[in-house]
Amino acid sequence: MALLEVKDLHTSFFTDAGEVKAVNGVSFNLDRGKVLGIVGESGSGKSVTAYSIMQILAPAGKIVSGSIKLDGQELVGAGERVMRDVRGNKISIIFQDPMTSLNPTYTIGRQLMEAILLHTNRNRQEAWDRAIEMLRLVNINEPEKRMKQYPHEHSGGMRQRIMIAMALACEPDILIADEPTTALDVTIQAQILELMQKLQKEMGMAIIMITHDLGVVAQMCDEIVVMYAGSYCERGTADEIFYNPRHEYTKGLLRSIPTVSTMGQKLQPITGTPIDLLNLPEGCPFAPRCDAAMKICIKKAPESMDINENHKASCWMNVADQAKQGGAQSASVAAQPSSDSSQPDVVQPASASSAVQTADSQTSDSSDTSDAFPQTDSTDKGGAQ
Amino acid sequence: MTSDNNATPLIEVRNLKEYFPINTGWFRTTPLKAVDDVSFDIMKGETLGLVGESGCGKTTVGRTILFLYEPTSGEVIYDGKPIKTKEDIKQYRTKSTMVFQDPYSSLNPRMTVSDIIGEPLDVHKMYANAAEREERILELMDHVGLNSEHASRYAHEFSGGQRQRIGIARSLAINPEFIVCDEPVSALDVSIQAQVINMFDELQDKLGLTYLFIAHDLLVVRHISDRIAVMYLGKMVELADADEIYEHPLHPYTKSLISAVPIPDPKIARSNQRIPLVGDIPSPLNAPSGCPFRTRCQYATDACAESMPTFEEISSGHFVACHRVNEIND
Ligand SMILES: Nc1ncnc2c1ncn2[C@@H]1O[C@H](COP(=O)(O)OP(=O)(O)OP(=O)(O)O)[C@@H](O)[C@H]1O
Ligand SMILES: Nc1ncnc2c1ncn2[C@@H]1O[C@H](COP(=O)(O)OP(=O)(O)O)[C@@H](O)[C@H]1O
Ligand code: SF4
Ligand code: SF4
Ligand SMILES: [Mg+2]
Ligand SMILES: [Mg+2]
Repeated sequence: MALLEVKDLHTSFFTDAGEVKAVNGVSFNLDRGKVLGIVGESGSGKSVTAYSIMQILAPAGKIVSGSIKLDGQELVGAGERVMRDVRGNKISIIFQDPMTSLNPTYTIGRQLMEAILLHTNRNRQEAWDRAIEMLRLVNINEPEKRMKQYPHEHSGGMRQRIMIAMALACEPDILIADEPTTALDVTIQAQILELMQKLQKEMGMAIIMITHDLGVVAQMCDEIVVMYAGSYCERGTADEIFYNPRHEYTKGLLRSIPTVSTMGQKLQPITGTPIDLLNLPEGCPFAPRCDAAMKICIKKAPESMDINENHKASCWMNVADQAKQGGAQSASVAAQPSSDSSQPDVVQPASASSAVQTADSQTSDSSDTSDAFPQTDSTDKGGAQ
Repeated sequence: MTSDNNATPLIEVRNLKEYFPINTGWFRTTPLKAVDDVSFDIMKGETLGLVGESGCGKTTVGRTILFLYEPTSGEVIYDGKPIKTKEDIKQYRTKSTMVFQDPYSSLNPRMTVSDIIGEPLDVHKMYANAAEREERILELMDHVGLNSEHASRYAHEFSGGQRQRIGIARSLAINPEFIVCDEPVSALDVSIQAQVINMFDELQDKLGLTYLFIAHDLLVVRHISDRIAVMYLGKMVELADADEIYEHPLHPYTKSLISAVPIPDPKIARSNQRIPLVGDIPSPLNAPSGCPFRTRCQYATDACAESMPTFEEISSGHFVACHRVNEIND
């Protein structure tokens, strides 16, 4: 059993402008001692996923449905008493901006002590010792002196390390780090990431690493969840996601970032603009920006599909590919009386290059799931018979 | 990307200093040496990348060479001509401009796209009649991939990437030869960054522009730059071709900086040997004596505390400021 199991999580904000479906069916598992990365563009629901797990959503926010199990125990609907215990002893969170989560009017020492006294059974002396020990652990020099200072007397990197010390003081099973290094310089970022990796090994905790930086994910994570518009595009081991991406958004993202090999070449951007959650399209949320979109994509949201035992993806492309590979199987699909297989009914590709991709994955316009498969080359043969 | 016709410098910066007086007590000010004796050239048609930690002086370099700050001392030579008088600066302002980091705050949300782009045209009286103004605005919008229907819409109606395009069109209005791009893609989402980076590339080809490109994302800088300069605490510590500086960094700070970049490829990232830096960047108000990097440098010796190493050309086109550059790198 996984340490944390999130299943089909839906979280919405009920605002004056309407229901903002911030998280829209996210599922993943986190095993003990592993690092899971959540990536996606700004507004894709990464933070709301984290806040849902902690149940620290803003007042307008509500978990609408789904399940979050920690060590087998259901947390959705479990009540505030259970959640206080979870937040204190089992899951800790580091926020993106350390300045907003450290209280500027209290000394570092007071804040660390409070966290430790609240969540562990230590007396004041033990808590003080523990706080000093934690500051040493995160490489803060002269911790006795630092305990008496205020947050503004520390640099951004130091504040972030103090936040980590605070989050770790109660020895959580899971550490959620929400963009912990986004505001920092690369050399300081490297220090923090290295520190997190070291602590994770020593203390055996699991980490959920939320970031938009694919470099950070590649360095830190065993598994990755890619999010777009509140739902997950795909999830799998880091190697699967980077070397065998099976969702058009992930593919586009990986193509668009500069690497050593793009020097002197044009980058391949993802076209279009980020999603508006108040106006989610009916089918695949990425369809308006997807060069490979097919007719079925704008009609019906793709379901999650197993690519292999280490990899799941929600993209109609995979169904098309599978149909293409399993010849016999797709022939049977083609043999079904599908209305317009002779008149390919594809979404107009946005660019010439994608026309190549789209041409061999034309989709039939079927309404029920069983034959909602995109039809392949063999379709034409089927139609000709 | 580097080519031979880059040989003539468009901008020559000589011993530039920019000190800000900071109140440190009653009637007492201390100079904050934001830029401290920096010299470099930017060639015609080239992109010079400028990198370094937050607060090291990148933006100040950019603003000072555009005379948005009055230099404390030093010289800027534009196209062979030193810029000295008010009249020189006025002339220079018609050829040089800046693109800012934040597409959200740098545009007035209550102005239409056409007003925003037209403003510099009005200021510099760059048209004969209304029709010509209109035509020029549409041409500028076309350069940055905005279509004409956008002209009458307000800035706040646009996404970050589109606002950055509007800002760039506005910067292009004066027909500049030289643009300081200060973190122009940092505020944009990864998926949008590539669109804007490509646009900078295309505009450079089309209009023969020269860029000083400031960014903290080293992979972005490497992608776009012909040469790259590295700053630390107000000083320039290394400058070389983009490839050269990534493959053979010579300064200990550059080595750490480049090794710290997370590579978006798990196999490379896992085997990457980072060179950790201890400690934090010192305050520029009390910079260390001698080499500014010595408090964090694993190679520092007593000599490093005594004098600032000179910025020297170690091999063709590769400049470094480190006393021990030869010992460290053999
Ligand atoms: N107008 C000013 N008055 C006083 N100090 C200033 C002023 N502008 C900049 N500084 C200081 O000069 C130093 C260099 O600042 P600058 O903005 O050039 O850094 P930067 O390299 O662009 O940093 P970042 O990556 O954070 O943008 C900093 O210590 C900064 O606080
Ligand atoms: N308190 C709130 N009220 C209304 N909408 C919110 C609130 N917090 C977040 N949202 C919306 O939820 C979506 C997901 O946000 P978030 O999880 O913060 O994204 P990110 O992936 O950048 O962390 C966004 O569209 C955001 O605007
Ligand atoms: S191919 Fe279809 S399902 Fe896949 S990402 Fe594109 S639009 Fe979505
Ligand atoms: S001069 Fe000395 S302190 Fe400075 S970088 Fe070189 S070895 Fe290090
Ligand atoms: Mg967030
Ligand atoms: Mg700056």
